[in-house]
Amino acid sequence: MSATRAALPPKEQLDEPGGRPVDRRGGSTLLRHLAVVLAAGLLLVAVSYSVEPFRNFQLATVAAYLCATAGLTVLTGLNGQLSLGHGALMATGAYTVALCQTAFADRGMTGGWLLPLSLGAAIVSTVAVGAVVGVAAARLRGPYLAGVTLAVAVVVPALAVTFDGVFNGEQGLSVPVEPPPLSLGPYFPYERWQLWVTGAATLLALLLLANLIRSRYGRTFRAVRDDEVAARLAGIHVARTQVLAFVVSAATAGLGGALLAVLAQSVSPGAFSLTLSLFLLMAVVIGGLGRLTGALWGAVLLVALPDLTHSVTEMLTLSPAVAQRLEGNLPLAIFGLTLIVVMIAAPGGVQGLLSRLGRALLARRPTRRS
Amino acid sequence: MHRKAHRGLAIASTLALLITAAGCSGDDGPGSGGASVPGVTDTEIVVGTHMPLTGPASAGYSKIAPATKAYFDYVNANGGVHGRKITYKIMDDGYNPANTQQVVRQLVLQDKVFAVLNGLGTPTHTGVLDFLKSNRVPDLFVASGSRSWDQPDKYPGTFGFNPDYTVEGKILANYAKANLAGQKVCFLGQDDDFGRDSLAGVEKVLGAGAVAVKQTYVTSNTNVAPQIGAFKAAGCQVVVLATVPGFTALSVGTAARLGFKPQWLVSNVGADHPTLAKQLGAAAPLLEGMVGTNYLPMQNDTANPWIQLFTKVNKEHNGDAPFDGNTVYGMSVGYLFVQVLLAAGKDLTREKVLDAVQKGGYQGPGLVPLRFSATDHSGYGGQRLSRVSGGVQTYFGPAYETDEADGAVNEYTATPAAPPANGVPTVS
Amino acid sequence: MDRFVFLTVDGLSRGAVYAAFALALVLIWRAARVVNFAQGAMAVAAAYVAYTVSTATGSYWLGFVVAIVAGLLLGALVDRVVMRHVDHASPLNPVIVALGLVLLIQAVLGMVYGSEFRPAEAPFSRSALTVGGVAVLSPYDLFVFATIGVVVSGLAWMFARTPVGLRMRAAAFAPEVSRLLGVNVGGMLTLGWALASGVGALAAMLVLPTELGLHPHAMDLVFVSAFTAAVVGGLDSPPGAVVGGLVVGLLLSYVSGYAGSDLTPLAVLVLLLAVLLVRPGGLFAPVAARRV
Repeated sequence: MSATRAALPPKEQLDEPGGRPVDRRGGSTLLRHLAVVLAAGLLLVAVSYSVEPFRNFQLATVAAYLCATAGLTVLTGLNGQLSLGHGALMATGAYTVALCQTAFADRGMTGGWLLPLSLGAAIVSTVAVGAVVGVAAARLRGPYLAGVTLAVAVVVPALAVTFDGVFNGEQGLSVPVEPPPLSLGPYFPYERWQLWVTGAATLLALLLLANLIRSRYGRTFRAVRDDEVAARLAGIHVARTQVLAFVVSAATAGLGGALLAVLAQSVSPGAFSLTLSLFLLMAVVIGGLGRLTGALWGAVLLVALPDLTHSVTEMLTLSPAVAQRLEGNLPLAIFGLTLIVVMIAAPGGVQGLLSRLGRALLARRPTRRS
Repeated sequence: MHRKAHRGLAIASTLALLITAAGCSGDDGPGSGGASVPGVTDTEIVVGTHMPLTGPASAGYSKIAPATKAYFDYVNANGGVHGRKITYKIMDDGYNPANTQQVVRQLVLQDKVFAVLNGLGTPTHTGVLDFLKSNRVPDLFVASGSRSWDQPDKYPGTFGFNPDYTVEGKILANYAKANLAGQKVCFLGQDDDFGRDSLAGVEKVLGAGAVAVKQTYVTSNTNVAPQIGAFKAAGCQVVVLATVPGFTALSVGTAARLGFKPQWLVSNVGADHPTLAKQLGAAAPLLEGMVGTNYLPMQNDTANPWIQLFTKVNKEHNGDAPFDGNTVYGMSVGYLFVQVLLAAGKDLTREKVLDAVQKGGYQGPGLVPLRFSATDHSGYGGQRLSRVSGGVQTYFGPAYETDEADGAVNEYTATPAAPPANGVPTVS
Repeated sequence: MDRFVFLTVDGLSRGAVYAAFALALVLIWRAARVVNFAQGAMAVAAAYVAYTVSTATGSYWLGFVVAIVAGLLLGALVDRVVMRHVDHASPLNPVIVALGLVLLIQAVLGMVYGSEFRPAEAPFSRSALTVGGVAVLSPYDLFVFATIGVVVSGLAWMFARTPVGLRMRAAAFAPEVSRLLGVNVGGMLTLGWALASGVGALAAMLVLPTELGLHPHAMDLVFVSAFTAAVVGGLDSPPGAVVGGLVVGLLLSYVSGYAGSDLTPLAVLVLLLAVLLVRPGGLFAPVAARRV
């Protein structure tokens, strides 16, 4: 238990940069964000030593999902564009990293710089795909945008089957990843190394996103979301802003997908189905739309909730006949019910609830003192 | 001051929620009690599996792992294996490779299972091969006919169970060659390794150009009328199906409404008559004459001692769930695993289990031999043909065995083994 | 040529059921401005009720009626118990709740009925009648066409000619004014949900015999096709849903028949882009595209 507790602080640190999108404090935002990210990184390293491998892997998965949810919350929460296709963008990143790493391995190339190179390539290819989708998306609103992005979510995994000469169909590709550098010692746990890699990449992405949100671009994103006509009057190029938001969001989704592929050491279309896209959307809304903290909550829920509901149902002792019916289904039912209840009880998501809770407690405290 | 307090509170509440989120799934799994072999104590062996219990692909398959577990419970009730009881952890992956990643790591890293048994699905299991290898976890009897499991050099700990799809294709084609000579043969396969390998097997026997029309389907498109229509237009007389049960039923139903009545030759994957009949409902008579394959006792063969044993286990330990081919399959996997554990000896280690599998020579419910050896990690090496007649699926003719290469399709004549009197294997 | 006729007929009969289901999506969109992602799961639930009734009584038609009634009730229930309490300030909230409902309904169905496929019987023969050597429509296809024709004209009549229809439209487009004028806006909303869900259940009863069978996830793929159809036609337009459904059905059939079934998703995306880039509100968008 204590080990798990130690896992927590860095996550709190790491979501700070985006915690309050509209922060009007003076001083250099970049420096402050840098400091927070550095502290978060150090804590992550400390945590990686104090928890067991499976928790390291789960945290690494949270980090990979966080990339995607953070990008999605910028797009949907800050820019007002709905995307049901982020799973497809993750797939683009994942397949790119798989093809790059395989190409490197086939040529016998080794070295620590190869993985960052592959991740970079993944981002570039996803940006290209994102720009194409974004241009189309900028013309569409509401359910029509949902329809097109949903089709994208279905098409991209299907392409892996159509072009199975390159992507190897349903079975997918394996992603050769080098073991941790020997300088870390011969028995360095692989899952800890995975957390370091994904954690570093995610923190970097969050740093850039947090700064973007506070910059002029972030303000234009929000202006377009709130009122397109007013934004246009203020001299903002609406379509260009929307495409930019889509591209930024695609880049992080691509990185998230690439990190997932590196974690799993494999990619296959089944892992990037429409379900994933829908779950990403659920995650950002349940976490609290439009905030990086909310994206963090969403990513945590994506990993923890299935695990949690499974554990809850495992505690029940059931007769074989009943168990056959409930197994698998009961966790899903609990998951679904949780979604509904949270959305009704806390429409602002987890982060909205926490902020409200915090404000309520604070409002009470001064009166008690006086 | 106020802002600081606010932030502190936010951190505290965040912490509290995270702890509840992360802390509930427990810490160390069992099996850490002194023994150095993961998942093994003096009284228990923990093994795990990943299966689709929910989702579109779960039909039928969701019954396999409970059947295996029921057989283990039966063995446990009879004293276990070398005094150890088998605990079977069933994880639902919904046939989604991303979920498989999570649940298999949970099994290995957290629950510390001794081995992963009968993980189901080609795309799902392919993704965890490397992980299982690098953690030296025995990866036994994968539930799929892909040839990927038979790579002893690359994946020394992975073993198959099902006859591979090419073997199956060869045996079906052999039947067409011998009994339906001169008829126009066509092929419908799933658009993945299943369909591809099966077609390769068919063409090995019939010749490369012998299949008149080849069509594929994807599971995300439930309309096979264009494909079946093409068969009809081309005048196909024999159609080989490398299809999952849902699409076997769909193909047969679609053909009937187009007035197309070929001889169906169906892969064992999609040939379980109770499953198909249930799906077709009143249209089940369309299955008359369908030729399928299998390699385990037929579920309706109540005279078969294995079926008698499995029916008894199903009644006592599986809540008397509906008994079909998946139940037989699950229990056969359980039986083989118990045989292997016995052969590995009282002093159980992962290496000994792998050696025991490679030693081979296991006689169980299967109608054809298991091929396990140091150089062959594929499972059953053949199949027997079945036919639906009068609404009952029965075997006919001899069992056949062959390889996935260009070897001939030979009859396999050895008499099947009978189960031990109490239904629990003994050390041979 | 025979092949073309065959694929066209096949596409139209598939398209007709997509149209029915798209119609249900359009209804709820017009009534509540919500894309009901739970439509498929709700319709499957109604179909399971019908299956239970039909197997118990042996009567297909009793099951058919029960399915529609169950659909109506379920729609009203979902509105009263769940959707009524969702904060609609963000259009995403009801979407997420609907997704939660999907998980919940499918899991409950899985618990009650298991994950096996159950047969979905058709009330009429599905064997095509042959005209001049070419298989054309089956009696069942004719039944589907007729049913959808009745539903579309019935709905059109209701919205255009009956006081209830008028109130429903008023409540959807101007809830405040309607309330002032004495329209029971909440009641109209519930009625809208019930109607949409009833039509969805009807569509499920029509489409399931042509699918793999009854399964908790049986409508997942149909939902995707029907949503595409509704978007292509324009979510505000019932005739658009019908046209969209037929177009999507034909497209899937042609692509699958001439190019390969693995290319059908790509064809759907191309269709969506081609239509929406020219008409961002769908084929049958109202004159001034409403920005949502």
